[in-house]
Amino acid sequence: MTGSRLQLGHVSRSFDSLEVLRDLSIEVSQGEFVAIVGPSGCGKTTLLNLLSGFDLPTSGTVERKGESRMVHQQDGLFPWQTVSENIALGLRHVKGKQEREQQVRELLGLIRLEGFENSYPHQLSGGMRQRVELARALAGSSDILLLDEPFSALDYLTRLRMRQELARILQERPRTVVLVTHDIEEAAQLADRVLVLGERPAQIRYELSLATPRPRDPTHPEVVQAIHQVLTKLDLDSGAAEYTKT
Amino acid sequence: MIVIWTVIWWSGIFHESAFPGPLAVLRGFREEARSGQLFTDLITSLFRVTCGFGLAVVTGIPAGLWMGQKLLLRTAFLPIVNFFRNLSPLAWIPFAILWFGVGDGSPIFLIFLSAFFPVVLATMAAAANVPTIYSRVAKDFGMSDSEKLMRVTLPAIMPQVVTTLRVTAGVCWLVVVAAEMIAGRDGLGFAVMDSRNGLRTDILVVEMIVIGLVGVGIDRALEQLTKIPSIRWGYER
Repeated sequence: MTGSRLQLGHVSRSFDSLEVLRDLSIEVSQGEFVAIVGPSGCGKTTLLNLLSGFDLPTSGTVERKGESRMVHQQDGLFPWQTVSENIALGLRHVKGKQEREQQVRELLGLIRLEGFENSYPHQLSGGMRQRVELARALAGSSDILLLDEPFSALDYLTRLRMRQELARILQERPRTVVLVTHDIEEAAQLADRVLVLGERPAQIRYELSLATPRPRDPTHPEVVQAIHQVLTKLDLDSGAAEYTKT
Repeated sequence: MIVIWTVIWWSGIFHESAFPGPLAVLRGFREEARSGQLFTDLITSLFRVTCGFGLAVVTGIPAGLWMGQKLLLRTAFLPIVNFFRNLSPLAWIPFAILWFGVGDGSPIFLIFLSAFFPVVLATMAAAANVPTIYSRVAKDFGMSDSEKLMRVTLPAIMPQVVTTLRVTAGVCWLVVVAAEMIAGRDGLGFAVMDSRNGLRTDILVVEMIVIGLVGVGIDRALEQLTKIPSIRWGYER
């Protein structure tokens, strides 16, 4: 992932008369983990579609160095393929059947799903499916991971476990990551930098960096403080904060 | 069912020639088994259904896929497809006889008509509704258009297509009997007509039983398709 990089320069995107993004500039450097937090319907998915190249901006520039792969909220796996066939999608350029099989085995080990290679997605739990999607996105030569609320369809405990898994996996296979989420805790625990988007048309309302190296616990003081800051910016913290002040 | 049949027959509401009893039908079975005529007719009808249905599948699925990809094509062809889908294939019988005579041609043509339009319509609807998430994945993994068609669109619509094939094959089996009754010189439909003309109601019942059972058999055979692992997902969610 040498020199991978993402840059949005003054990007706007409208659908007919609906302006979703206006003059948005974001830069993600190599190996950085950026989380984008915002209210639902603020254009987060549009933003990811622009970053992945699936959609083009109405105006502005999108620069993407390196190959990007998206992990979807749910149902991004091909249901007609087994776990290993899905993962092998990311290895299509790898020459030699044995080499591909070896890499699939390694990835299955990485997501701790050995023994499920011949299962179909509908036979797995939600958390297992998301791990397979992650493995598929990591397979081969991908440089950039785009995560579209990847854990939002899971229950809270599974979500916590998935965050740990993601942090661990990224230590073994570092990537440039953009995570889109409405889960502030998730963003603060996982990311190097958190961007808070406002209502549509989305613009960056607040930006915050975390110095503590990854992986972190959700209860780490800097994570807790970051959550507090973001909540305050979203006017969601007023009651308790004012109470302690007086 | 056999009990009710026997009771009605026993009660004598209908005349023996209008309501054959189980024993007479059993004798009819033996007679048909000996002559082999029923078996020949069955093979004839199955051959026609296989040809007409097969032709409709190999042309209808590509046509549906093609139309499913492009909104413009759908807008242009949908009214035509819908028109012919709602036109009973039996209405074509006079033309079928004029164009293809009374051999295999007419029934095959009629069966093709009864299968082609539903298959096109179902394939088109399924292809048009393939979740866009799969297109995004295909793009992420650098698939070409033809790769996407073979590895994404086609497998994604298979469960719906298979369901349509089952329904359509049932319709074809109904149509072949009707077509042969009017435009045939052999086949099960002709056999039914022949029994009627000969007032052989016992044989008629034998034929009805065979037609029904074979229809169920065809559906069971196609049901096996839904058990293929790469298709089964569509039925288990």
